[in-house]
Amino acid sequence: MIKDTVVVPELTKEDFVSDQMVKWCPGCGDHAILSALENVLPQLGKKKEDILVISGIGCSSRFPYYVNTYGFHGIHGRALPLAMGARIANPELSIWVASGDGDSLAIGGNHFIHAIRRNPDINMMLFNNEIYGLTKGQYSPTTPMGKITKTSPYGTIEVPFNPGELAVGAQGTFFARVIDANPKAMTEVFLKASEHKGMSVVEILQNCVIFNNGAHKHLTDREHKDDRQLWLEDGKPMIFGKDGNKGLVLDGTKLKVVTIGENGVTKADILVHDSQIKDPVIHLLLIRMKYPEFPVAFGVIRNVKKPTFERLLVDQINEVKKKSPYKCADDLFHSGTTWEVE
Amino acid sequence: MTEKAQKIVELEEVVVKFVGDSGDGMQLTGSLFSDNTASVGNDFATFPDYPAEIRAPHNTISGVSGFQIHFGQKPVNSSGDIADVLVAMNPASLRANLKNLKRGGTLIIDADTFVLNAMEKAGYTANPLEDDSLNEYHLIAAPISRLTKESVVDLGLDGKVALKSRNMFALGITYFLFNREFKPTDEFFERKFGKNPIIVEANKKVLRAGYIYAESVVATATTYTVQPAKLEKGSYRNITGNIATAWGFIAAAERSGLGLYQGSYPITPASEILVELEKHRQFNIKAFQAEDEIAGICSAIGASFAGALAITSTSGPGLSLKSEAIGLAVVTELPIVIVDVQRGGPSTGLPTKTEQSDLMQALYGRNGEGQIIVLAASSATNCFYFAYEAAKLAVEHMTPVVLLTDGYIANGSEVFKIPRVADLPDINPRLAKANDPNYAPYRRDEETLARSWAIPGTEGLRHRIGGLEKSDITGDVSHDPENHELMSYYRDEKVRRVARVIPKQEIFGEPEGDLLVVGWGGTYGALKNATQEMMAKGKKVSMCQFNYINPLPANTAEIFSRFKRICVCELNLGQFVGFLRMQHPQFSYDQLNKMQGLPFKVSELTHKFNQILEEI
Repeated sequence: MIKDTVVVPELTKEDFVSDQMVKWCPGCGDHAILSALENVLPQLGKKKEDILVISGIGCSSRFPYYVNTYGFHGIHGRALPLAMGARIANPELSIWVASGDGDSLAIGGNHFIHAIRRNPDINMMLFNNEIYGLTKGQYSPTTPMGKITKTSPYGTIEVPFNPGELAVGAQGTFFARVIDANPKAMTEVFLKASEHKGMSVVEILQNCVIFNNGAHKHLTDREHKDDRQLWLEDGKPMIFGKDGNKGLVLDGTKLKVVTIGENGVTKADILVHDSQIKDPVIHLLLIRMKYPEFPVAFGVIRNVKKPTFERLLVDQINEVKKKSPYKCADDLFHSGTTWEVE
Repeated sequence: MTEKAQKIVELEEVVVKFVGDSGDGMQLTGSLFSDNTASVGNDFATFPDYPAEIRAPHNTISGVSGFQIHFGQKPVNSSGDIADVLVAMNPASLRANLKNLKRGGTLIIDADTFVLNAMEKAGYTANPLEDDSLNEYHLIAAPISRLTKESVVDLGLDGKVALKSRNMFALGITYFLFNREFKPTDEFFERKFGKNPIIVEANKKVLRAGYIYAESVVATATTYTVQPAKLEKGSYRNITGNIATAWGFIAAAERSGLGLYQGSYPITPASEILVELEKHRQFNIKAFQAEDEIAGICSAIGASFAGALAITSTSGPGLSLKSEAIGLAVVTELPIVIVDVQRGGPSTGLPTKTEQSDLMQALYGRNGEGQIIVLAASSATNCFYFAYEAAKLAVEHMTPVVLLTDGYIANGSEVFKIPRVADLPDINPRLAKANDPNYAPYRRDEETLARSWAIPGTEGLRHRIGGLEKSDITGDVSHDPENHELMSYYRDEKVRRVARVIPKQEIFGEPEGDLLVVGWGGTYGALKNATQEMMAKGKKVSMCQFNYINPLPANTAEIFSRFKRICVCELNLGQFVGFLRMQHPQFSYDQLNKMQGLPFKVSELTHKFNQILEEI
């Protein structure tokens, strides 16, 4: 079980800044994510030594070098299996995975769904810039259909993944969405992700200034962001808009945007967010909302309880230990049919 | 016993082979005979040989499943070439295996299965029981199916259920031939079917019915015994190579004080290693069935970074998938053991057949200069010691180690002298101490060049490593040309220096002579038998079986220099001989290669050796 009685010295953001030069492009959304994590780590109640950051390959995967904890920069697509092994070997660590949309949804897609299904206590930061940055501008599994990129000169002819749909489809217990332009909210969501016992996937809509600049601009520009972003909070009605008068209601089996005060709609008619409800139907509807028909949902969308993989494993180990006739390897080696030669 | 005068002939060694359709329970029959052989105190080696399909088409040659056991009163090195006794449960199995029965050998057949349809499927145009084709064997054509049904008729079992135990009738016949006791087998029935007393009873009855049939009906009254082998004092058991491999790691974890982690994906013929370790949670073993081969090894690397004794097990196609990750373990200089239970390749190849064709893949199958330690186990019991050795070398030298076994030794079983874990060599992981002011991620031990292992949770040693090239000492990312050359040298030299700690290569026979037989890994038994046969004829033949492939033992060239000819025998097209030509080009090598998915036969080997000797 996790020990929570360790006396931890007061830590600050500076304790987690490594001595390595950060080599992301100026203006890259990754800087904000690094800063948000450095803000969160002192609040975990963990010693610096008990934190591990793991990544795969890609711009975002340089992340571990910049955080002054234990860190491991893996190979393309394999951040989650690396994290899984560390998680199982040491259930005490706080483990953070940094991985991009290509790393985790293309080459690492298989690991993504299986890690989620098993629910290890891993906090995954999924950097979604809808492009391959480090290989210089090829389309990714989240690039919108029709987009012109280096490898889709006539527009992509592939339907993109929505990471949240995959996470919920794989029976995920925690899914949140944030955006690099709002680091304060990102910090809060990271903290909630760390508090969740199980696998948390935080999709971070992140801007690549070089190869996909402005991919999320329609959501962030000052003029429209309030109309196009819905920030969810448990127990609060799903209200958004510049004037705070737009909201979501269920219309049959679909979500619908309504205006409070019009057509007899009152605040009481608006759906109230519940991230902890086991049934994922509403969560999926929220995850799937797309501009321009809907605002895009942000915040913790799904946060349900389920035992973690490592807890079930440790419980099983303890259970088997109690019952097993073998206390050491010698006992096992002499079990079953053996015979003595004098 | 009957009053018929019985003649009991004492034999030094015997090979018995059980063959039948893949649903006939031949593997069980074979292992029951093996356990019984163990209880008599004979030394033995077994070879299960079965099709890739779980239930291959009924009564066809491709569906034949076999189990061969070689037992004796002297040390037994291999599962034997040619059978003294062949038990064939249907026409297809007879047709496929008759060539492996010694002339004059005993042939036990279920005569009831020789019906037109089955004979046609097996490719017989005439009934071999009715022409003269089996005249040169001692034929026991028993109506096994019919008598099996009759023997359990009073238990009220229907014919179909009863027929499932007809393999026990055949086993009963062999028990009569070799004067065996029922007790160990009865105990097995009780353990296995205890919840179903009728089935226990039925199996016991059928086993005895076979015995009594042989005793009363078989024309010859000659039976055989093989005296107990003169084994060293100690406790013994029967063990397969895969179980021995798993147990080697269990012992290594206990001796090193490290937690054992396994990340693997099921693959024939390596799955039993995962299956075995999954059983033993009581030893804090964390065995993880990953979603694929890559996740298997990557999770092992993650576990190793976190301080576990981490292994992954696979077979050839899986090793291909793990290639990139092995490179990651090379550059991060983390200890992991990759077990490759070799099978016939390339691609899916021959999943249930043995081969030694992954050697080059193990040595070189990754991008960049990625030297690693490669070991090969040479018998079922030897798998235990080399799994242990692989773990020891990995954590003491901070490097991935590939352990090669193969389908033959992995599935085959042998008599295993049970070691005491306390008697095994020490394992000293290079764990860094908390707050060590001298710690740097890539600071190296002067003697071994190994870096030390600072595991998350250890105070004062936080560091970041990964697949990008590392700076000497600090481990920071570096693209500096001189540094890359230096680090490449260190990684290479670190593995070369393992030759300083591994034992010298042993030689079987005289240290000089006309011909040195060279093999590696699982061909040990056959090569040793062949060498012994040559020696017995006064030929100046010796043998070296290599377990340490990379690096090679330091005295290899010295041994080679004392023979006129060197013949490298392997179950591939010449991978080890190619490696030797590179490592020790001053010698010329003869080679003998076999690519049939089957072990060497002694006769194939001695034929080649005699040819070479004639040329001298």
